[in-house]
Amino acid sequence: MKKLASLLLALCLVMSLGVSALAADGIAPEDLKIGMVCIGDNNSGYDIAHITGLEKAMETLGIPAENVIYKYNVGENEEAADACYDLADNGCQIIFTDSYGHQTYTQQVASEYPELTFCAMTGDLAALSGLSNLKNAFNHTFESRYVSGVVAGMKLAELIENGELTDENYDADGNVKIGYVGAYPYAEVVSGYTAFFLGIRSIVENVHMDVRYTNSWFDPIAEAEAANALMADGCAIISQHADSTGAPSAVQAYSEAGHTVFCVGYNIDMQAVAPDVALTSAGNDWSVYYTFALQSMIDGTEIPTDWSEGYNEGANYIFPLNPCCPEGTAEKVAEVEAGLTDGCLQVFDCSTFTVDGEQPTSFLAIDLDGDFNGDEGEAISDGVFHESDPALRSAPYFSLRIDGITELS
Amino acid sequence: MTKHEPLIHIVKRDGMAWWRAWAIRLISAVMALLVCALFIYGLTKLNPIKVYGAMWEGAFGSPRRAWITARDTAILLCIGVGLAPAFMMRFWNVGAEGQVLMGGCATAAVLIYGGAALPTWALLCAGALASLAAGALWGLIPALFKARWNTNETLFTLMMNYIAIQITCFLVATWENPKGSNSVGIINQKTQAGWFPALFGQQYMMNVILVLALTVGVFLYLRYTKQGYEISVVGESENTARYAGINVRRVLVRTMAISGAICGLSGFVAVAGSSHTISTSTAGGRGFTAIIVAWMAKFNTFVMVLIALLLVFLEKGAVQIASQFHLNDYASDVVTGIILFFLLGSEFFIQYSLRFRSHTHAKEAEA
Repeated sequence: MKKLASLLLALCLVMSLGVSALAADGIAPEDLKIGMVCIGDNNSGYDIAHITGLEKAMETLGIPAENVIYKYNVGENEEAADACYDLADNGCQIIFTDSYGHQTYTQQVASEYPELTFCAMTGDLAALSGLSNLKNAFNHTFESRYVSGVVAGMKLAELIENGELTDENYDADGNVKIGYVGAYPYAEVVSGYTAFFLGIRSIVENVHMDVRYTNSWFDPIAEAEAANALMADGCAIISQHADSTGAPSAVQAYSEAGHTVFCVGYNIDMQAVAPDVALTSAGNDWSVYYTFALQSMIDGTEIPTDWSEGYNEGANYIFPLNPCCPEGTAEKVAEVEAGLTDGCLQVFDCSTFTVDGEQPTSFLAIDLDGDFNGDEGEAISDGVFHESDPALRSAPYFSLRIDGITELS
Repeated sequence: MTKHEPLIHIVKRDGMAWWRAWAIRLISAVMALLVCALFIYGLTKLNPIKVYGAMWEGAFGSPRRAWITARDTAILLCIGVGLAPAFMMRFWNVGAEGQVLMGGCATAAVLIYGGAALPTWALLCAGALASLAAGALWGLIPALFKARWNTNETLFTLMMNYIAIQITCFLVATWENPKGSNSVGIINQKTQAGWFPALFGQQYMMNVILVLALTVGVFLYLRYTKQGYEISVVGESENTARYAGINVRRVLVRTMAISGAICGLSGFVAVAGSSHTISTSTAGGRGFTAIIVAWMAKFNTFVMVLIALLLVFLEKGAVQIASQFHLNDYASDVVTGIILFFLLGSEFFIQYSLRFRSHTHAKEAEA
């Protein structure tokens, strides 16, 4: 009996040794502590997309919900560094910051905590920083914008066919006017609106798009004003790359006042505020990256410096179509999505657009010396502009201003 | 003969022993906590004691948090101290926001353009001087107009804020890094040139020492110097001041230059000592919050330390509540609002007393 007991004891000892040796490589799900720095809170569609993505990832991997500490409404200034330091102090092994402007502060803290992992979501400095513990990640948002553009194009084609557009919806060259409310004149936004535009143009050829900037990621009033200005100018479709419901609400009101206008949202289902006019919204499923990053922490494997995936990994999608979308839209969307998933359809196929009248043949993506001109990293090959190629950078770098789009402010 | 009397008389008190005034403040603080507790429990069913504990944790829970609280208190206090001379003169300088931003922009310019050429001590001296000058200029303009044409200083200083905000936006667009990000990023991130050095191993020690020195300095200036006396006479009555042979215009312009300069210097502390960047959130409304600090402290710069600390404590506490209990920030703001309402309200009961009708009747009967 005694022998058996000691045998069991020895066995337990060996087992526990084995387990602890295993744990040295990775971190058990119940021991993994996560920090999440948000620029807003659950009032902002952008942050909701990140928070739900992280929650879904934790649930998938069996990480207890209380293992995450959220920091809400963290500004893009020293508050971001304060938040990261505090999360490090509280034992977080991996810290995510969800806004681009948090990045330099994330980098500062990352350089002081080499044993912790920092993911500056949507950032672009990880590879250049030389820090092995700083990561960047970005979904192929331009893919879901392209698909949402296809939806808008289908609707536009129907409007043209039914003769529902008026003269003021056309410019002097006979192009249908569409509008876009952008946050900042940054590559991320340029890449997005260009993809949306190309999506529309794949259905309706004669379109021209005006872009208005609000110079804020979240400003409901400015976004509504920008949308109103675009609609007053005759834009029949309004889309947005800004985080509030300002623009869709304005479009709904303008439609109720008797105008023909529709909109495409971003990040959340805008049918909640614009039930009659929101055709769909471009969405990001951040849970794909969060699951991947947290799984890597559990497995003890290295997270790549740059991560960027789209429809092929299920990281992008569009929200449910509005019932007012014309027949055949769902089928067209399915076809386009299938093309994006298997790679036979490329959003930035250089044969579909021109810059200053010419088809682009070369674009250097990475700026090394801070002069805002690319120095290395050829993005165009085989007639395709490869956006967010992880070999170059996960954050968008498509900053070409293509023909057919005018930036107004 | 029946005499109609209101139910309640509000009577100004002649004065009150300091301990009674503080007892009233303490009682209102306790009442504020009770009302907040009701609000917290009623709305969220959380244990209010735990929520208060979390607030304390957020502000002082770790040495780092305590230092961040100290750092933010120092900047708010610095602006409040800057407002004190102007307010004592009854010059309603609501332009601190702009003066802070101008000081911050001047500092950022020194750090950006001198970062590679000058050693840190020279950058700090130049930054301090530049921010003092920029803030003083922003204070001087409305003061000169007031002295010359008797313009309304409240509107004038308020409007100067918007000009300063636009100048800041313009400079951010000029200096933005990387381009298109609409952010200057961290200035001199690699070299840390022109950053406040750590003193006694503490990154924010210099901020605290600098602002405390200013606090003492302005207290002495207002209380014990001839110029300080002139300020209080002008504040009490311009005519009296003129009768006493005080050059009111000169006092006005000089005091606003000082007020603006100190507010400008807080922009220096914010940029070189804290954020190492410049944006409109460098001031971030603190120029207005500091008005509450200066008023609640009745321009006594030592009391301002307490008020500034309280406000920053409430802010950090609110952030921690949001993080720990997933409460929306707005819920935390309601708690802050309730506490401020009671504390400001308590001043009313220190200044005035309420007399009820029956009370006065009894007095008359006695007479």
